[in-house]
Amino acid sequence: MKHQWFRVGSVLLVAGAVPRTMAASLYNLPRGVTPISHEIYGLNLMAFWIMCAIAVVVFGAITWSMIFHRRSRHPKPATFQENTVLEVVWTVIPFIILLVMAVPAARVLLHAEDVHHSEMTVEVTGYQWLWRYTYPRWHINIYSRLADSSLRIAPLDSGLSPYSVPHYLHSVTQPLVLPVGEKVRLLITSRDVIHSWWVPDLGVQMDANPGLVNSIWVRILKPGTYRGQCNQICGWGHAYMPIVVVAKPKTQFMAWVREWQARHGGAAGHAASPAPQGS
Amino acid sequence: MTDSIALNAEPHYAARGGLMRWITTTNHKDIGTLYLVFSLIMFFIGGAMAMVIRAELYQPGLQFVTPAFYNQMVTLHGLIMIFGAVMPALVGLANWMIPLMIGAPDMALPRLNNWSFWILPFAFTLLLLTLFLPGGAPEGGWTLYVPYNLELGYSFPFMIFAIHLMGLSSILGGINVIVTILNMRAPGMTLMKMPLFVWAWLITAYLLVAVMPVLAGGVTMQLLDRYFGTHFFSVAGGGTPLLWQHVFWFFGHPEVYIMILPAFGIISEIVPTFSRKPLFGRTSMIYALASIAFLSFMVWGHHMFTSGMPVSADLFFMFATMLIAVPTGVKIFNWVATMWRGAITFETPMLFAVAFIILFTIGGFSGVMLSLVPADFQYHNSYFVVAHLHYVLVTGTVFAIMAAVYYWLPKWTGHMYNEFWSKVHFWLSVIFVNVLYFPMHFLGLAGMPRRVPDYAVQFTDLNMVSSIGGFVFGASQLIFVAIIFATVYGGRRAEARAWEGAHGLEWTVPSPAPYHTFTAPPEVPG
Repeated sequence: MKHQWFRVGSVLLVAGAVPRTMAASLYNLPRGVTPISHEIYGLNLMAFWIMCAIAVVVFGAITWSMIFHRRSRHPKPATFQENTVLEVVWTVIPFIILLVMAVPAARVLLHAEDVHHSEMTVEVTGYQWLWRYTYPRWHINIYSRLADSSLRIAPLDSGLSPYSVPHYLHSVTQPLVLPVGEKVRLLITSRDVIHSWWVPDLGVQMDANPGLVNSIWVRILKPGTYRGQCNQICGWGHAYMPIVVVAKPKTQFMAWVREWQARHGGAAGHAASPAPQGS
Repeated sequence: MTDSIALNAEPHYAARGGLMRWITTTNHKDIGTLYLVFSLIMFFIGGAMAMVIRAELYQPGLQFVTPAFYNQMVTLHGLIMIFGAVMPALVGLANWMIPLMIGAPDMALPRLNNWSFWILPFAFTLLLLTLFLPGGAPEGGWTLYVPYNLELGYSFPFMIFAIHLMGLSSILGGINVIVTILNMRAPGMTLMKMPLFVWAWLITAYLLVAVMPVLAGGVTMQLLDRYFGTHFFSVAGGGTPLLWQHVFWFFGHPEVYIMILPAFGIISEIVPTFSRKPLFGRTSMIYALASIAFLSFMVWGHHMFTSGMPVSADLFFMFATMLIAVPTGVKIFNWVATMWRGAITFETPMLFAVAFIILFTIGGFSGVMLSLVPADFQYHNSYFVVAHLHYVLVTGTVFAIMAAVYYWLPKWTGHMYNEFWSKVHFWLSVIFVNVLYFPMHFLGLAGMPRRVPDYAVQFTDLNMVSSIGGFVFGASQLIFVAIIFATVYGGRRAEARAWEGAHGLEWTVPSPAPYHTFTAPPEVPG
């Protein structure tokens, strides 16, 4: 218990110093590892600082008023009720500020939604409560569900600590493996209710709708492991539907493909999920 | 004025004793009280559910409830707070204050008024009873997304019927407000002279009448899909689950303005009173209300940026959404200009009003950020959205409702509330509501999804802070109830004009307002 209060106290301290810790991912979006996630990060920061600037002006005026226009200091109220020039100014200026944000946002959106010229395709299918990843070119078929390490801890009264395993609720039996540097098109759908495929580091969130296919793309710039989870309430297992993406350099990726095929009886292998392995 | 007081001194036929008074009443003040008391009870029921949510989220791992029960809490918390607490509170204020503010003897349709209130207890009894059904309460979120919502157990038809009843109540209430305002104003009370609260409610009432039937139609489509073999929402039968989202948010977005416009009206009454200065830019305030309401019909898609809409739709909804910031900004600037060079005092209603302006603006900031579609790909359905919606709804509307209660309580009860305890209530609320909701911005940015009972351990610290804020904020509301009780049953006598800076017809009648007021129309000054 003491330990917890210490943690809470330290967070309050850190939260007080937010601007300096903006880079820490605990307080801001991750910058991510795709061109789109970088652009989104920039948009987010731009919007944040514009909002801060507006806050300084508006809250500054309110504070000034609260201090200097209280009755004890300013007993005789003014009587003005309108000022056309002022009202036009504060209608037009916000409009201009909004334009300043809308133009880059529209540009990033058009970039993010342009799935043309992708170099490979992965089909992503949501189920209650797991993801299936299919690579049509190599007939690879992966079922990716919550890793057993988390699964043992998750139930009510399991008596086990979430701190006892790495990446509690963010680890899977088998990750989605993608090549670094290639433009990968993801075709996202669902076989039951609506799910949503969200990996903050990739700057991607797309709903998986039953009967409909949504497409989005990623080009991962850095090898590594990136984690996310389902982001549309989809039943009691909604919190237990993590996403793990492992990005490997092209040669290692091809080696992984060959290994998978060898393990599953070559290219014809449509077999279901192999034995779980931690990731 | 003297006429109406003389008439009010006579005994009146309507006041039956005991329970029957409240069941059969057609008096706008009684019905207003019923709405407000009902809302307060629902506020605590929905709040208790929020406490369950915050207790479960205090640490990672499950400690208290199963995931299914957690989802039920999330769903009922949303439905109860929106339809049971916030909306009835605003309708209660409308019932009490609109006739007093426009110089009318009562609402135009008093029997309908009784009916539109008494539907509500049945609706919420039905909804809450689902907790005791096999399989429990609805668990698809208050947004009722299909197909998940169609998989519910026995609770499904109960919930649909409860929503129909709530919608019916709102439509009837909305019609009553429109008819009252358009027909019952005292001579000389032209539309442009109407108090801003009345204006806000007139526009809100039109929104209610326009969109509640859309929700009713939508949930009926769900009922038909589930029991009568239609395929509105199933791709296999030629429908699409996205149709539900379009229908729901076509209702849902105007709905959020239904909850905030009356709050704008309240703040526009309170700020001039305690600044001792007329409202700045009255005309532009009215036009801003109207343009927000108009734009609210064109932005529903901003709830669906990740649903896979075509990019042209994304662009349209982004631009339309950003436009709403302009009239909303005008309102905030005008309130600040109203305070500017006034002679301000900070009685409790004013404290809540100033907190409203500042904290609602923070909710507006996150709203503008959410409107940027690519950024929304990261914010969507995360705790950032939870923070945004609670800033505009709790520190927005709920704070405005509390401001209104403190502001008009002297008129309703004839007593002044306890200024010391109300300030304790204010400061505890305003501090801990921020401890509760501000960390949620960070949680969302760091990648925590909404509507999960359990989370990855890196989110622990901020959730602990948030939960502590939630517990203290929740407990502080007990002070609010105690203050209300104490004011109803005692306290310093309030004058007719309880606040020296207050204008408006409601302050020309005695405090407490007699059972019947303005039986003869008053003179409207100016």
